[in-house]
Amino acid sequence: MLKSELIQRLAEANPHLYHRDVERVVTTIFEEIAQALCRGDRVELRGFGAFSVKRRPSRIGRNPRTGAAVAVTEKATPYFKTGKELRERLNDGAAAGEPASGD
Amino acid sequence: MTGRTITRAQLSEAVYQEVGLSRNESADFVEAVLNVLSNHLVKGEPVKISSFGTFLIRQKGGRMGRNPKTGQEVPISPRRVMVFRPSHVLKDQISRALTGQGKA
Repeated sequence: MLKSELIQRLAEANPHLYHRDVERVVTTIFEEIAQALCRGDRVELRGFGAFSVKRRPSRIGRNPRTGAAVAVTEKATPYFKTGKELRERLNDGAAAGEPASGD
Repeated sequence: MTGRTITRAQLSEAVYQEVGLSRNESADFVEAVLNVLSNHLVKGEPVKISSFGTFLIRQKGGRMGRNPKTGQEVPISPRRVMVFRPSHVLKDQISRALTGQGKA
């Protein structure tokens, strides 16, 4: 699924809204998450997951081919941890030895 | 770095401010977006959000793990995990904002 398909699906479920507005809602949500990460904030969406930023200090790397030392600059990279509910839903009934849910 | 935690509340507030839906409808919408994403991922299909990143499902095989405290071997059953691969745009944006470095 692409962003455009996500918007399409939400627009169909909300016929009282303009397609353009649905598009703005989706864009706003992802932009807000990106902006939070740019401030170094964490974004926690219970049940879905949490976005955070990991910092990688500058280091001396090596060119694996030549062995030459290269300076690698400091970096900050986004990280996502799947939430408990989604993690469990991904494996519903798939886990071996899990008691079957019956009546 | 402020170290704050953003939740659904701030996301719906942003939707309310930017798009002008009611507060209630904004909150419902944030939830709806997450639901559509989750339901799609649970089916095992990836979601690509341009200039943000890709959510995809990986199948992990079973293996023997070890309880690091007791040294006891424990079987880890095969499972599906979700991974988020940030786009270069997002990575560069964050790196630039927080370290003043990275590609422009």
